[in-house]
Amino acid sequence: MTAEVTVATGTGGLGTDMVLNIGPQHPSTHGVLRLRLKLDGERVISAEPIIGYMHRGAEKLFEVRDYRQILVLTNRHDWLSAFSNELGAALAVERLMGIEVPERAVWLRTALAELNRVLNHLMFLGSYPLEIGAITPVFYAFRERETLQAVMEEISGGRMHYMFNRVGGLKEEAPAGWTSRARDAIGLVEKRLPDLDRLIRRNDIFMARTVGVGVLTAAQAAAYGASGPVARASGLDFDLRRDEPYLAYGSLKVPVVVRTAGDCHSRFEVLLDQVYVSLELARQCLDRVDQIKGPVNVRLPKVVKAPEGHTYAWTENPLGINGYYLVSRGEKTPWRLKLRTASFANVQALSTLLPGCLVPDLIAILGSMFFVVGDVDK
Amino acid sequence: MSLSAYVPIVWLLALAAAFGLFSVGIAPFVGPRRFNRAKLEAYECGIEPTPQPIGGGRFPVKFYLTAMLFIIFDIEIIFLYPWAVSFDMLGVFGFFEMVIFIITVAIAYAYVWRRGGLEWD
Amino acid sequence: MNPTLADFGHDNGWIVALKVVGVFVFLVVMTLFTIWYERKVVARMQVRPGPNRHGPFGLLQSLADGLKLAFKEDIMPLKADRVVFFLAPVISTVCAFTAFAIIPFGPFVSIFGQKTPLQLTDIPVAVLLVLACSGLGIYGIVLSGWASGSTYPLLGGLRSSAQMISYEVAMGLSIVAVFMMAGTMSTSEIVNAQAKGGQGELFGFEFTYPGWYVLLLLPSFVIYAISAVGETNRAPFDLPEAESELVGGFHTEYSSLKFALFFLAEYINMVTVSALATTLFLGGWRAPWPITQLGPWVNQGWWPLLWFTIKLLILLFVFVWLRGTLPRLRYDQFMRFGWKVLIPASLIWILALAGFKTMNNENLPGWQRGLWIGGFAVILLAILLWPRKRPAPKLPLEEEVAQRPEGSFPLPPIDLQVPVSPRAKRITADREPVQ
Repeated sequence: MTAEVTVATGTGGLGTDMVLNIGPQHPSTHGVLRLRLKLDGERVISAEPIIGYMHRGAEKLFEVRDYRQILVLTNRHDWLSAFSNELGAALAVERLMGIEVPERAVWLRTALAELNRVLNHLMFLGSYPLEIGAITPVFYAFRERETLQAVMEEISGGRMHYMFNRVGGLKEEAPAGWTSRARDAIGLVEKRLPDLDRLIRRNDIFMARTVGVGVLTAAQAAAYGASGPVARASGLDFDLRRDEPYLAYGSLKVPVVVRTAGDCHSRFEVLLDQVYVSLELARQCLDRVDQIKGPVNVRLPKVVKAPEGHTYAWTENPLGINGYYLVSRGEKTPWRLKLRTASFANVQALSTLLPGCLVPDLIAILGSMFFVVGDVDK
Repeated sequence: MSLSAYVPIVWLLALAAAFGLFSVGIAPFVGPRRFNRAKLEAYECGIEPTPQPIGGGRFPVKFYLTAMLFIIFDIEIIFLYPWAVSFDMLGVFGFFEMVIFIITVAIAYAYVWRRGGLEWD
Repeated sequence: MNPTLADFGHDNGWIVALKVVGVFVFLVVMTLFTIWYERKVVARMQVRPGPNRHGPFGLLQSLADGLKLAFKEDIMPLKADRVVFFLAPVISTVCAFTAFAIIPFGPFVSIFGQKTPLQLTDIPVAVLLVLACSGLGIYGIVLSGWASGSTYPLLGGLRSSAQMISYEVAMGLSIVAVFMMAGTMSTSEIVNAQAKGGQGELFGFEFTYPGWYVLLLLPSFVIYAISAVGETNRAPFDLPEAESELVGGFHTEYSSLKFALFFLAEYINMVTVSALATTLFLGGWRAPWPITQLGPWVNQGWWPLLWFTIKLLILLFVFVWLRGTLPRLRYDQFMRFGWKVLIPASLIWILALAGFKTMNNENLPGWQRGLWIGGFAVILLAILLWPRKRPAPKLPLEEEVAQRPEGSFPLPPIDLQVPVSPRAKRITADREPVQ
């Protein structure tokens, strides 16, 4: 209410409103998000995210694919965290079918999920400074991504859509010596990551652009269902890996990176610190994988049918909570598989964050909400 | 002082203008021409542009204010240059003249600052 | 014998023609080279090789890009203002080229037996010409933004005009000190004025320090360098072209050779401000100290062209360096910096320098000097430490609501409690913010 009063009497506010569309094809919307803005000069009066340009009907498609096939679809809605997406769906199906996943597969999955988290975060750590105008960090981020992607490629054969999960475990055993090579890669990334850190985190201009900009309070974050790094930057100390452990997180000590400021800079910092945490977690998992012998998947019947019933599996994806609500009527396809994506909730919060900010701040805020449009539109 | 030293500037200007006009003029003939309605529309991130009045309607008044401030300071600069060039000849008198002038402008500047004229939003 | 103002304006017609073409070619080649140079340097900073396909070390990359642009379709939006849309890039280009007319490349040389200064021309108000050209160049940008009939270019054009005129003030003020020291606005005379260095001794090692104004007038140089970056719309002040905000800025709607002209003008402007910085602050075409020990020939003939180009490239490297390192400032931060820091700083610096020079000229006794300097320092401190008016405390929401006039739209109570479902309650309890 206060904001509205200020804007109406602000500089040059006498009917000089300008309607501006940012997106669907705009360099800083990571795809095809569209924002319909009302501007007063450079100040945003109202912002309305318009979504759906990338709607692919994933939920409907799930209903006509069998349980093995839906993993291919789930891995695509958030193309930056493909492994974690597959994982959620696999967990839901396994839970409904009552499949016990072999221990080695569990630890391997955890390691890969953390590596995937690092890959995702590095992407945003590079692209966010790019939107603020720093063109160099993205190349440093991609150098690290390249190192880790080589490891992921070696085990799964894919660089983006790994398709390495299966109902009941993983596709196949890791190549011989993979864990040590993965550990080397992690060590290398840990060694070089401070380059990126020093380049941007404490940069004066970067601080001036992000500190105190786009403050999302903890209450707002909770109200909009924001989760993941965005919510943790606002002080919402909530991380499924610790609070409702799945996979092997229960036997790991997961440090949760939390900030209280809730501004763009703290969101960025959460991401950056989480990379260090995830690399460490991945290393611990790899060590455990080496100690455990056994298969990485279970033999499934020829036709996978989930018994009648419903279940909800949620995972802490890189961008936030990802949930699959699976309803089965005992057929070989799900009757309904509802997708709860992190980006969708995070983007919702934009409509409260944006009004009252400047256009360049808008870009800073947009970039710091860490969303993938495919994850919004499904 | 003859004006002959200025002539080369005019020649350079003429050459640059010829080059610019030639480039702009030849561009439609050298490049391909494939008609498409969408190419005729203004770019607005890939959707139908919001209707705008010609020239974008009214601009925020802030831009005009900046332009006015610019003129004030540009005039100050124009007064400063000749003074600076012949500074050594003017002596103490010239110095104090300029101090008074700069203070006069500084008062206006302080006023604008105080009234928020230098704030962008 | 160094060229002075009186040596200009006596050239033959064909020497003038040769020099005009020479400057033109120099600028075009410099532009092509600078684009390659920038891409290569920034690539090395970003752990990648940069262009390396066309020609040796990829040197012909920018030429290939330019030719490609020529063969692209020329598009104009229907709502654009035809004439202005066509003229805007021409205005930008013309202004960019013309500004270079007074840059001195070197001393007297002999061109086909004719003795002539290595400089197109020099006039008593030479530096003003550069300022005038950059001022007129803004028209190209504003008009292109306005004529495109589209929102992004309009915003970009307005932004860049406001930005450029703001930084032009700071730039104009920063070079006043140079005129005061040199006593002239002619570029060749300013270069001459910086020729005389002093002798210094450091650890028993004698050396000549150059009389460059960058040493004598360091604050001016710093202000000039900052405003030059702002004036040329380069990172971190590249707001009009902030890709992530305004797509392409003022040239969003431009394609083909018209776009190429804007690109050319931008790079020429960058070269021009660097060349002016070289001329005004870095001793112009004169060789720096260790090279001058080699003999007088280093500052004669065509050699100075080399020193000039090297200095230019070093300054251009700084431009690229900034681009590779820094994020972009926000518009209001940037304008505030220009108006509230650079301009008052230049004014105070000019006054201080003028006072100091006057005292020197008048040969004041020591105690009077102390008095004046002390007085100036006191005034400066008073201005800097002047107590700021505290902003009125913001009313809490309750009071603001209470102050609304009678009959206003009814508001729901601020402490409205919406009953929550038991499940939601459990989740909220889990999600209490950490303190």
